[in-house]
Amino acid sequence: MRHILSLLLENESGALSRVAGLFSARGYNIESLTVAPTEDATLSRMTIVTSGSDEVIEQITKQVNKLVDVVKIVDLNEGKHVERELMLVKARAVGKDREELKRTADIFRARVIDLTEKTYVIELTGTGDKLDAFLEAIDRSLILETVRTGACGLGRGEWIVKA
Amino acid sequence: MKLSDAPNSQPTPVATELISGAEILCRALKAEGVEFVFGYPGGAVLVIYDEIYKQKAFSHILVRHEQAALHAADAYARSTGRPGVALVTSGPGVTNAITGIATAYMDSIPMVVITGQVPTHAIGQDAFQECDTVGITRPCVKHNFLVKDVADLAETLKKAFYVATTGRPGPVVVDIPKDVSIAKAPFAYPQSVEMRSYKPVTKGHTGQIKKAMQMLLDARQPMIYVGGGAILGDASPQVTELVRTLGYPCTNTLMGLGAYPASDRQFVGMLGMHGTVEANMAMQYCDVLIAVGARFDDRVIGNPGHFASGNPARKIIHIDIDPSSISKRVKVDVPIVGNIKDVLLELLALLKSAEQKPDPAAIEAWWKQIEEWRAKDCLKYKKTSSIIKPQYVVEKLWEVTKGDAFVTSDVGQHQMWAAQYYRFDKPRRWINSGGLGTMGVGLPYAMGVKFAHPDADVACITGEGSVQMCIQELSTCKQYHLPIKVILLNNRYLGMVRQWQDFFHGNRHAESYMDALPDFVKLAEAYGHVGMRIEKPADVEGALKDAFAMKDRLVFMDFVTDQKENVFPMVPGGKGISEMILAEDL
Repeated sequence: MRHILSLLLENESGALSRVAGLFSARGYNIESLTVAPTEDATLSRMTIVTSGSDEVIEQITKQVNKLVDVVKIVDLNEGKHVERELMLVKARAVGKDREELKRTADIFRARVIDLTEKTYVIELTGTGDKLDAFLEAIDRSLILETVRTGACGLGRGEWIVKA
Repeated sequence: MKLSDAPNSQPTPVATELISGAEILCRALKAEGVEFVFGYPGGAVLVIYDEIYKQKAFSHILVRHEQAALHAADAYARSTGRPGVALVTSGPGVTNAITGIATAYMDSIPMVVITGQVPTHAIGQDAFQECDTVGITRPCVKHNFLVKDVADLAETLKKAFYVATTGRPGPVVVDIPKDVSIAKAPFAYPQSVEMRSYKPVTKGHTGQIKKAMQMLLDARQPMIYVGGGAILGDASPQVTELVRTLGYPCTNTLMGLGAYPASDRQFVGMLGMHGTVEANMAMQYCDVLIAVGARFDDRVIGNPGHFASGNPARKIIHIDIDPSSISKRVKVDVPIVGNIKDVLLELLALLKSAEQKPDPAAIEAWWKQIEEWRAKDCLKYKKTSSIIKPQYVVEKLWEVTKGDAFVTSDVGQHQMWAAQYYRFDKPRRWINSGGLGTMGVGLPYAMGVKFAHPDADVACITGEGSVQMCIQELSTCKQYHLPIKVILLNNRYLGMVRQWQDFFHGNRHAESYMDALPDFVKLAEAYGHVGMRIEKPADVEGALKDAFAMKDRLVFMDFVTDQKENVFPMVPGGKGISEMILAEDL
């Protein structure tokens, strides 16, 4: 089953490689991993999307928690949460495709953030499913390149992950 | 007055004098009460060595290969409970040390490893003797640090000792670039350290401990399974009290030997791949199992599916300081995360005040069953007058040393015979590489133990394969006058490899024969030690007595043993622990 793990870790060089190294050393899956400093510059917030049985997820959580640089880890699947992913799509946008792409982007509440005579860069935010659906909805032959951030998420309401 | 001499009543010493990173390191080691630093010099640590030369607080032990420095520091830690300290240079110094670091990591041994690094401005330039120490060591350390500013050095060292020795212990590497050891800063060694990201658990959950107590009292076929965590946590007295209070059978893992006295009747022997029939069968069929600082590893419980099928109603209590050890290979019913000693003290207090006692009839019936298994006498072996059996040497060693020596071993058949036939009654007497299974540890382990316990008998039980992996340390032993007794069980085979080839590879002895062996007697003599070759069973005891009577000499005893002897019982890889092959089956 897919799980979304949220970590607070010391914003120190090498902290990312400790987490990434643990996953590869123990054979755990990483579907996506995203990390950036928080409002407290000494801390980074990392979101890892992984999958595995309940036993595997329990081990992942315990092993990550054991890393000395990790301040906290929570499994967002344990409660209600919101999650978002950002995708940028560069697409060939000429002729009738140009109008069609714009229309589809509007339906998905995506935005065109760069354009040339022949191309669009479309920005789209949402769950992974929504991003997948957008890629399905447009003509695949028009896609020049895509980049996705991987998911990040927060617990709903008063569920707060703090150091 | 030097800052490091400041009385403890001044909690925050005010630093005025500027000293070099190298001197900060030496003063920090002094403040930590370090007695020995095992190491080997080189370019990146020259400044540190210059400072070591000037100080008297600790002794530096010069080994002949960095791997041995790590093993010796590791054994110092294993035999004393205090952190071992090693010092190596950058690049090859570090890569040579990796085996030693990984060995300590697998067995959770507290160590602080100081590594030199090229100057900060040269890092990443493929400089001479540069390697990414933090990167290379990351998977085999509890934590590591690269110190980029001398102002951070003292606090980093304090953190290193704190992390290495608390929680589940482990090796910590502190990588110090050469310019950091030269640069100056005021020295103020912190009294304590606080890390928001590292808060080891100590006290166990009282509710869980109560549950465990009830489960233990209700048990009809109980088993107490004790691992290396009980030794690391200095909980041997509490383990012993628990076993005696309950009157239940107790087994120790390879790493737990000595946690409960092996010569006691309630001890059913070591369990696992080469465990006794009584230990493995009791483990397989018990209805309540309490695991104390043990981790159900593959060499202990064999196939986890088969283990679970032994008694589907079996309830498991697991006490461990590391939450990730719990329910890793075997699902447990009552997990208790905490310091073993504290958890057991609480459990013992509850047991004392409990009105309920174990059911005497059920426990008596269980013991009757265990005695039937014990009656198989699975460790018996055929004695002959013509050829030395390796088991016999270990038994005689136990007699000659009155069961009170520190025994180190390498890895292989001799290690298992040492574990089976030297009955360890005290913790921290049995020093071996259980997790990583590192050949070559035996001799440097014996050195580390001898430095820590200069008046004790120290024996290194080894094989002719293993001992050659760190044989150069005979020179270190000469330099520091270490009167170790090397017990070489020489069967001219990589015995454990040969045993597996006999059982699982159609007797094809691929590369397991040790040819062109040196004359070990002459080799020992060449290093300035005493060499002996013993070829007849009748000479074994006398030779051991002679060797241990030579209090001031290292004696290298080359026992020419039976080439064909195998270790029994044996659980083939992937099988269940009740599926043992016994010597009598063949």
